Amino acid sequence: MFKDVTIGQYYPADSILHKLDPRVKFLGTVIFIVSVFLVRGFAGYAFVTAVLVTLIALSKVPFRFMLKGLRAILIILCITMIFNMFLTPGEVIFQKWIFKITREGVIQAVRMGVRLAYLVIGSSIMTLTTTPNQLTDAMESLFSPLKVVHAPVHEIAMMMSIALRFIPILMEETDKIMKAQIARGADFESGGIVKRIMNMIPLLVPLFVSAFRRANDLAMAMEARCYHGGEGRTQMKPLKYSGRDIVAYILIFGFLAACIFFRITRL
Amino acid sequence: MGIIKSVKLAFDYLKYGEDESDVQKVRAIDDVTIDIEKGDFIAILGHNGSGKSTLAKHMNALLLPTEGTMWVDGIDTAKEPELWKVRQKAGMVFQNPDNQIIGSIVEEDVGFGPENMGVPTDEIWTRVEESLTKVGMIKHRDKSPNRLSGGQKQRVAIAGVVAMRPDCIVLDEPTAMLDPNGRQEVLRTVSELNEKENVTVILITHYMEEVIHADHVFVMDSGHVVMQGTPREIFSQVDRLKKLHLDVPQVTELAYELKKSGIDLPDGILTKEELVEELLRVSEKMKSKPQSKGTRSEKTSGGNKASGKARKKSNEREGTKK
Ligand SMILES: Nc1ncnc2c1ncn2[C@@H]1O[C@H](COP(=O)(O)OP(=O)(O)OP(=O)(O)O)[C@@H](O)[C@H]1O
Ligand SMILES: [Mg+2]
Repeated sequence: MFKDVTIGQYYPADSILHKLDPRVKFLGTVIFIVSVFLVRGFAGYAFVTAVLVTLIALSKVPFRFMLKGLRAILIILCITMIFNMFLTPGEVIFQKWIFKITREGVIQAVRMGVRLAYLVIGSSIMTLTTTPNQLTDAMESLFSPLKVVHAPVHEIAMMMSIALRFIPILMEETDKIMKAQIARGADFESGGIVKRIMNMIPLLVPLFVSAFRRANDLAMAMEARCYHGGEGRTQMKPLKYSGRDIVAYILIFGFLAACIFFRITRL
Repeated sequence: MGIIKSVKLAFDYLKYGEDESDVQKVRAIDDVTIDIEKGDFIAILGHNGSGKSTLAKHMNALLLPTEGTMWVDGIDTAKEPELWKVRQKAGMVFQNPDNQIIGSIVEEDVGFGPENMGVPTDEIWTRVEESLTKVGMIKHRDKSPNRLSGGQKQRVAIAGVVAMRPDCIVLDEPTAMLDPNGRQEVLRTVSELNEKENVTVILITHYMEEVIHADHVFVMDSGHVVMQGTPREIFSQVDRLKKLHLDVPQVTELAYELKKSGIDLPDGILTKEELVEELLRVSEKMKSKPQSKGTRSEKTSGGNKASGKARKKSNEREGTKK
């Protein structure tokens, strides 16, 4: 059940997207997500879709890896779509008892569905083509101006990259503990919401204990390897812009401009 | 003075009770005086809770002595304000491979140490390539550590330490969580580093077979170093080791049992080859004696029985361990 989470799952390949500077990819992803919520009309979505398809093709990552991320948010996706479908006021096209579906509701539901799906696929492209370390390096670099006001930018970036590395390990462990507890007669499936939450305790307690032990071990291992904060630290893969990244920035801002254009013209 | 030297080293863990004033001291190591020469392969033995890990953590300044002194390459760890400078001299490999790999790609993990030390970028890359080659993991350089076997993960961890160019590597039960294959891989890597690169190796282990090739062995019991010497010196005292709840290598155990059942073997046999050689010698000696054929075959069959017994015994031991 937890194998579906793609966030933090790097897919090694030799593509232009893999080679791009992570800062470009990070900003690009943010702009892409904003744009997905900017455009409203059919032409706008057609354009965004075309860009997304191009990016997927460029990434050389099999499409099913991006769908995996979608599967994880399937429930949220369905709930959002259903709420939008039934609760948007407008011209009624179907009615039964207290439920009514409006034309606007259907459009809104489809739009939200597409937005969420594109949001997930878009960020999956980034996480699949960028190693978590590159990603946190990018954030550290992009947010480094905040160091002036003593924000612990390096520490937060380090914490994020470690969290990302341990997500798959903890997922696997959750799976293992779950199976072990099921074998001992634990029941995670039946009962009401309160009972279900209570049933999670035999899962959560060992998971937390193990997570704390891991954290302790890891802290020790980091210290043993001379980690002493961000000061005086060099980088193995320092971020450097190349010509390719400049081109990418131009394209990204071109894309944003186009989306704003679609928004204004309501296409 | 050797690369690692301690004098009257002692360490207390603090245990906190219910309320804050209730602090208990647990002495984990006491009066430990050791001196380790550069380039040696050292093994540390001792049953659970005897203080091996605590001692190891002192060599890396992860713990600082409560009493006594620890010198790493001449630096007194208690007096050095920047502890990471000590840590780069004595690298440390831990038991659980998952909990010591920081990077999400093999090469990034190996680069972590040098990054912390402030090594310039170009040199980090040379070091990473060099150390991955040394542990035989260069072809996995851009893989995620999650996709590696336990033995491979442990070799990556070793590469991460090697990239810091330490004089000395401390390994705290690096093979405890590995299958026999992984154990072999790791052990071979470590011995190669010791032989080819002249890196001082300090190996803490429960597997007696890993100790045979060490230059020097320390045996710990309840916080004290109770025995030290060459593997042969240590393993010739089977009775004493058993009192300390320690095993001996299977071959040594076999020879010990054979000797007890009356075959004239020397103490402290460590390898199969040695045992075979000694047994041949014994049978030669018997052949040359002007005795009847019957006695001799009786003797050998007796030997076989004894070896069967010893083997059975060691199997039983394996069983109880599990
Ligand atoms: N964090 C701690 N807090 C309190 N006591 C501790 C702590 N770590 C170890 N001890 C105690 O110190 C003693 C020595 O422990 P240590 O971990 O050094 O033993 P060890 O020889 O490494 O054992 P093992 O073979 O199980 O790894 C033990 O009695 C243990 O209970
Ligand atoms: Mg230990």
